[in-house]
Amino acid sequence: MYVIYMLWLRQLKRYVRSRSRIVAALGQPVLYLVALGFGFGPVFRKAGEGDYIQFLTPGVVGMTVLFTAVFSGIELIWDRQFGFLKETLVAPVPRLIIMLGRTLGGATVAVAQGLLVLVICFAVGFRLPGPGAIAWASLYMTLIALMFTAFGTALASVLADFQGFQLVMNFLVMPIFFLSGALFPLADAPKALATVALLDPLAYGVDGLRHAVAGASYFGPLTDLAVLVGSSAALLALGSYLFSRIEL
Amino acid sequence: MWGSGATRGFGSSSEAASRPKQPMILAEHLTKTFGDLVAVRDVREGEIFAFLGPNGAGKTTTIKMLTTLLRPTSGTIAVDGLDPVAHPNEVRKRFGIVFQDPSLDEELTAYENLELHAALFKVHQPARGARIEMLLKLFGLWDRRADRVKTFSGGMRRRLEIARGFLHTPKILFLDEPTIGLDPQTRNQLWTQVRTLNETERVTVFLTTHYMEEADRVAHRIAIIDHGRIVAQGSPAELKRQTGADTLEQAFLALTGNAIREEETGPADQMRQMVRMWRGRR
Repeated sequence: MYVIYMLWLRQLKRYVRSRSRIVAALGQPVLYLVALGFGFGPVFRKAGEGDYIQFLTPGVVGMTVLFTAVFSGIELIWDRQFGFLKETLVAPVPRLIIMLGRTLGGATVAVAQGLLVLVICFAVGFRLPGPGAIAWASLYMTLIALMFTAFGTALASVLADFQGFQLVMNFLVMPIFFLSGALFPLADAPKALATVALLDPLAYGVDGLRHAVAGASYFGPLTDLAVLVGSSAALLALGSYLFSRIEL
Repeated sequence: MWGSGATRGFGSSSEAASRPKQPMILAEHLTKTFGDLVAVRDVREGEIFAFLGPNGAGKTTTIKMLTTLLRPTSGTIAVDGLDPVAHPNEVRKRFGIVFQDPSLDEELTAYENLELHAALFKVHQPARGARIEMLLKLFGLWDRRADRVKTFSGGMRRRLEIARGFLHTPKILFLDEPTIGLDPQTRNQLWTQVRTLNETERVTVFLTTHYMEEADRVAHRIAIIDHGRIVAQGSPAELKRQTGADTLEQAFLALTGNAIREEETGPADQMRQMVRMWRGRR
């Protein structure tokens, strides 16, 4: 347990100390909020869908958690290149413990970043239904974060260097984000698109967040939770397995 | 060459009688698919053992197999009597290692790096604090303990890594080219500190280096490896006598030839190269 705690703490220290990274990671969500939120807001309202900022916030928060979590996991490549990974791999500690410490740390960072973006959303007009919503939102953020940190770790265990990283971003992470219904309502989407979203685990995360902070849900909160817990467990297992097979 | 391992192997009665201690490392008929390796033979407890060879001879691969980072394709290894493949965690408790490439967390301070290592190797309080302080002072880093490693020079990083290797009082310490790129002063000081700890704590030291005069000065015994095979083994004086050379460098060249070895690089090496270039620019 102490080892998990120390590895978790390491991820947090690294996050807090790289202020430029925090700020850089806020840039994209803010851009989405401002450009899309204010740009599409009037159209959205005219279409009778209500306040777009209110709709968009869970999507942007979900996106932030997704990207931060994937990066936290992928950071493993960095550790491998800069050598710190070797230090942990020759320690008399099961790989599973190391993977858990890293993943919990990375997930915590992703949730922190998500909460930060939520605060920014307040500044542009987002309103919560009640204080309890924060707790629910945090739960969904935690699940999204765990799932995608494990996903990043799994990828980083297979990729030897950053060459494959761009490929992963363009063909896995970006589609996961854009097809999740973070930016548009799945209810009105064409059948094909809605079907693809069914296979996207982030769709359930964003839907759960939307249910927590805005009360509306497409899949239903129970389905959201079940899918998120299931896919988090599956990806943690996959990440642990691939991490345990790393050779240097 | 040591292919006749069975007859010379540890355990044959005449040798066992003359050498009562169990060897710290025993490796026989070791191979890894990308090349043949018949690697180190019986490193004795408490000695400083230098493992020398040209680039690509198999030094780092051997160390990786001894330290559980790579599985040998075939052959047997025993570190302190234990097989790293069958008992990785038991073996890991027994050794410390300083890798050829840096392996510190640059965002953490010197002290935090050691603290994390102590946690990973189960060095608990109150011993932990005292041990970290002793090592940081010995390696001249105590005043910089609260500074982040990214502000450290190459020599300071190396010292910190070596201090870290000793932190959990291992029975054996692997040093893979620890002095590469360091100035003579730092190198000299480093070896003095390593020798001190070798004597006071009875740590077996297994090192590789390209600086022959260092091996000559520090090592009790030396093995020279070439193309994955041990071509000579003995004390520095014995190797010089064997080849009729004045210096260890001459003995080394006599044993391994003058041809330059080209190492093949993989993507990981290219990345490391890039990292080095970025570092140099800062």
